[in-house]
Amino acid sequence: MQVFLKVWRQADAKSEGQFVTYTVENVTEDMSFFEMLDMLNNQLVLKGEEPIAFDHDCREGICGTCGLFINGRAHGPLRGITTCQLHMRSFNDGDSIVVEPWRAEAFPVIKDLIVDRTAFDRIMSAGGYISVNTGGVPDANTIPVPKPKADEAFDAAACIGCGACVATCKNSSAMLFVAAKVSHLALLPQGQVERKQRALNLIAAMDMEGFGACTNTGACEIECPKEISLVHIARLNREFLKASLI
Amino acid sequence: MVLDAKIPDGPLAEKWTRHRFDLKLVNPANKRKYNIIIVGTGLAGASAAASLAELGYNVNTFSYHESPRRAHSIAAQGGINAAKNYPNDGDSIFRLFYDTIKGGDYRSREANVYRLAEVSNAIIDQCVAQGVPFAREYGGLLDNRSFGGAQVSRTFYARGQTGQQLLLGAYSAFVRQMKSGKVKFHPRHEMLDLVLVDGHAKGIITRNLVTGEIRSHAADAVILATGGYGNVFFLSTNAMASNATAIWRAHKKGAFFANPCFTQIHPTCIPLSSDHQSKLTLMSESLRNDGRVWVPKKKGDSRSPNDIPEEERDYYLERIYPSFGNLVPRDVASRRAKEMCDTGHGVGPTGLAVYLDFKDVIARNGKQWVADKYGNLFDMYKQITGENPYDVPMRIYPAVHYTMGGLWVDYNLMSTIPGLFVLGEANFSDHGANRLGASALMQGLADGYFIIPYTIGDYLAKHPGGGTDTNQGSFKTTTQEVEEKLNQLLAVDGSQTVDEIHKKLGHILWEYVGMARNREGLEKALKLIPQLRETFWKEVKVPGTVNELNPELEKAGRVADFLELGELMARDALHREESCGGHFREEYQTEENEALRNDEQFTYVAAWEFRGPGEPAKLHKEDLIFENVELTTRSYK
Ligand SMILES: Cc1cc2nc3c(=O)[nH]c(=O)nc-3n(C[C@H](O)[C@H](O)[C@H](O)COP(=O)(O)OP(=O)(O)OC[C@H]3O[C@@H](n4cnc5c(N)ncnc54)[C@H](O)[C@@H]3O)c2cc1C
Ligand code: SF4
Ligand code: FES
Repeated sequence: MQVFLKVWRQADAKSEGQFVTYTVENVTEDMSFFEMLDMLNNQLVLKGEEPIAFDHDCREGICGTCGLFINGRAHGPLRGITTCQLHMRSFNDGDSIVVEPWRAEAFPVIKDLIVDRTAFDRIMSAGGYISVNTGGVPDANTIPVPKPKADEAFDAAACIGCGACVATCKNSSAMLFVAAKVSHLALLPQGQVERKQRALNLIAAMDMEGFGACTNTGACEIECPKEISLVHIARLNREFLKASLI
Repeated sequence: MVLDAKIPDGPLAEKWTRHRFDLKLVNPANKRKYNIIIVGTGLAGASAAASLAELGYNVNTFSYHESPRRAHSIAAQGGINAAKNYPNDGDSIFRLFYDTIKGGDYRSREANVYRLAEVSNAIIDQCVAQGVPFAREYGGLLDNRSFGGAQVSRTFYARGQTGQQLLLGAYSAFVRQMKSGKVKFHPRHEMLDLVLVDGHAKGIITRNLVTGEIRSHAADAVILATGGYGNVFFLSTNAMASNATAIWRAHKKGAFFANPCFTQIHPTCIPLSSDHQSKLTLMSESLRNDGRVWVPKKKGDSRSPNDIPEEERDYYLERIYPSFGNLVPRDVASRRAKEMCDTGHGVGPTGLAVYLDFKDVIARNGKQWVADKYGNLFDMYKQITGENPYDVPMRIYPAVHYTMGGLWVDYNLMSTIPGLFVLGEANFSDHGANRLGASALMQGLADGYFIIPYTIGDYLAKHPGGGTDTNQGSFKTTTQEVEEKLNQLLAVDGSQTVDEIHKKLGHILWEYVGMARNREGLEKALKLIPQLRETFWKEVKVPGTVNELNPELEKAGRVADFLELGELMARDALHREESCGGHFREEYQTEENEALRNDEQFTYVAAWEFRGPGEPAKLHKEDLIFENVELTTRSYK
C-alpha cells in the first residue's frame, strides 16, 4: 500500500519547525510503523536528504523511548500500545498520516520528532525511591506483602516513563506519571517511612519542571500505553492532602 | 603475557570471603578524592554507580540513552535466579553454581561462578528493600518458578517484566545519588574511545549526541557496563542501539577480548516476516513450560496447522529428548529447530519456523488459565503477527539473543588494561559457552551491587586519587583520532546506507558464524567480512554533519566496529575445534548430533589481543581448572 505522511521537521530546539509531506510506497501490512519510517529514511539518505529523526530503541513496548503523536493521538490509534508496537495493518492504502512530536513545555523538541524528557529523571531524583543503601537489608521474606497489594503496586510500577500522558493532556500535566510512582511505593510496606515526604517532594518537583496542573480530564489514562489507571491519581491526591495537613 | 585471573586460594566456598579480607580498602575520608567513570547505566552500570556513590566516590556516568531507565536491561522478561531455596525443593548455593557451570558447558571459571551463586541471595534482598514488586504468593511471601529447564524453582519474577522492575529499582538508587550530587549523569553521550595514561585507563572521549561536541573526561578508574554485542548480526532481540563500540575501542587500546564466538541463540522468537524487518522479538522461554513444539512429518507440508492430524506431526523435542522434552536448554532447542527447517520441515511463508502449540494445555486447563499465565505474551504475538495463538499455534524460530563473550576480566572484574573494569553482559565472565535463563540479570546486579564496590577499592587504594586531568597523556591525540574517524565516515559519501551494509554483515554472520558452524563456512566468512569492511569504507553514505544530532553517523560508527568484531568472532569460532554450548561446530558432534566437547585441548578461555589494523589478533589462553565439579557430557535425553 501507499501512505502519505505529513511529518514535523525541526532542525533543533531553537529553530522553527514545519510539516513536510512524504509519499511512502510499497508499504506492507506486516511492517511496523517504525519499519515504514526506516524504509522512508533509507530512501531519503540515498537521495541525499536528511532522514527523519525519531526516538526508539527496544521496539517492543517496554523501554519508553518511543512516542509519536499520530493523527492527533499519542502512540497512534490503538489503545494500550506504544508507537513501536503499531503496525501498518492499522492503516489503509491511501491514508494520510500526520506525525508530530510530543508537545509540552517541559519536553522541548531536540530535533524533528525527538523531545527532551530528562525532566522525568529530575522528578524521580526528588524522591521516587526508597532510601536504602546497598547491603545490610533484611532477608526478602521478612517483609510479607499481601498479594493484592503487591499486584496493585505492580500495576503502578509498570509505567514506562514515555510521557504520552503529558503529551495528551491539555494542561501538560505529569500527574499520571508521578501518581504511578507515588502509588507504587505507597502501597508497599517498604515505602511507608518516606511516604509523606515523597508525595510532597515529587509534586513540588513536577511543578518546578513546568508541568501543568491536573484538572481530571482523564485523557492520560486513555492514551497511556500501560493503561495506568486514574485511581492512582486519586491516591496521589489523598497522599498529598494527608501529607500537607501536618 | 601470561593471563592471571587472580583467583584467590582456598576452598571454593571460602574464596570470596578470604579475598574480601585480603583486598585493600580506601580510607572512608579519602573516597571523595577518587573519581570514577562509568559508561553504561543499565542494570550493571546503574547498580555500580549507586553503590559506589553511597560509599563516597564521585561517579561520572555516561549513556547514549536519554535516561538510565531506557537501557536494554529493561526488556528482560523471564526472571532472575537466586539460591534462596524458599520453595524447599533442594536448591543451594552449590546447586546454582553447579547448574551454571554445567549449563555453560564447562567453559567458565569455578571461582567466579561460585561467587555469583553466593551473592545471588543478597540481590533479591536488595531489590525487595528498594520496592521491586516481585510476584508473591497469597501468604505474602515471594513466589518462585522454574525457568529454562532448571529442576528447582529458583527464579524470582515480576510478571513478564522482571528486567524492567529490576532496572527501575537500580534506577531509583541511581537517581537518589544524582540528587545527592555523588552521581553525575550525562544523557545522550556516547563513549567513542578510552584514554590511557602510563598504561592505565584514566578517561574517555565522548560525543554529545545532541550537539556533536567531542569532550575528554578524566578519572582514576573507568568502568564499562555497556551491554552485549548481539546486534553484530543486525537482527537480534537486542534493542536497536545496542552495540559493541565501547568494548571494541577498549579492545583496540589493549583490553583482551574473550570467547567472542560464544553467542546465544534463543529458540523462541517470532520469525522473520520480511526483508525490511528491523529486529526480532523474543517470546519468553516460559512458554515452553506449556507449549509443545512440532513440525509436520511431511516435508513442505503447506496445510494450515489445524488441518494436520496428530499422527502427521513430529513433536521432535519430545521424541529426541524423552526426559526433558520441550524444556531442553536453549542451545539444544535452537539447533534442533534449525535442523528441522534445514531438512524441509519448516513452516510458515518462509519455511523458517516451527510451531509452538498450546492446543493441549487449552483443552486441559481452559483458555482462561492460559490467558492468566501468558496473556501479555499472546497479545504481543498477535500484535506483531496478526495471528491469534489461542486458535492457531505460534510460529517461532531461533534468534540471536545474548553474547557470552566480552572483554576478558580477572576475578576482580578488571580487564587486561589496569584500571579498566568491565561489568554485566560486556564482560565474558560467568556464563561459559551458554548462559542459563534468568542468570544475566543476576550477574549484572552481582557485578554492580556486590563485587565492584569491593574490588575497585583494591585498585584505587594502590593509586592516589584525583591525579589525572585531561591535559595529560593521550587525551589530545585520542580526541583527534576520534574526530578524524567521524570525519572519515562522513567523507566517504558513497551509495549504500549504513543499514544496508549492516544487513549484509548480519547475513554473513548468521549463515557462517550462527547456530551451526564449520571450517569451510568460517573460512569463507573470514574472506567475506574484510571485503565487506572495504566496501563500507568506500561505499557508505552518511548524511549530515558532526555537529548535530545525527543518528546515521552514530550507526555508522557502530557498524564500522561490528565489521571488525565480526571477523574476530569468525576467527575464534574457527580456532575452537570442538562444539560446546552455543558454539556448535558441525565437524564435532556425536552420532546423535549432540555437541562434542574436546576437554583435552579446549578447556580454556580464548582471550584475543588486538595487534593493529589488518593484523590477525593474537590468541592467549587462560586454562580453566576444575577442582569441584567433574566434566561430564550434558545429556537431556
Ligand atoms: C529480550 C531480552 C530478554 C531477556 N530476558 C532475560 C531474563 O529474563 N533473565 C535474564 O537474566 N536475562 C535476560 N536477558 C539478558 C539481560 O537482559 C541482559 O544481559 C542484561 O540486562 C544486560 O545488562 P547490562 O547492564 O550489562 O547492559 P544494558 O542494559 O544493555 O546497558 C548498557 C548500557 O550501556 C550504555 N552504552 C553502551 N555503549 C555505550 C557507549 N559507547 N557510550 C555510552 N553508553 C553506552 C547504554 O546506553 C546502556 O545504558 C534478556 C535479554 C533480552 C535481549
Ligand atoms: S503513566 Fe503511562 S503515559 Fe505516562 S509516562 Fe507512564 S506509561 Fe507513559
Ligand atoms: S521503542 Fe521501546 S517502548 Fe517503543
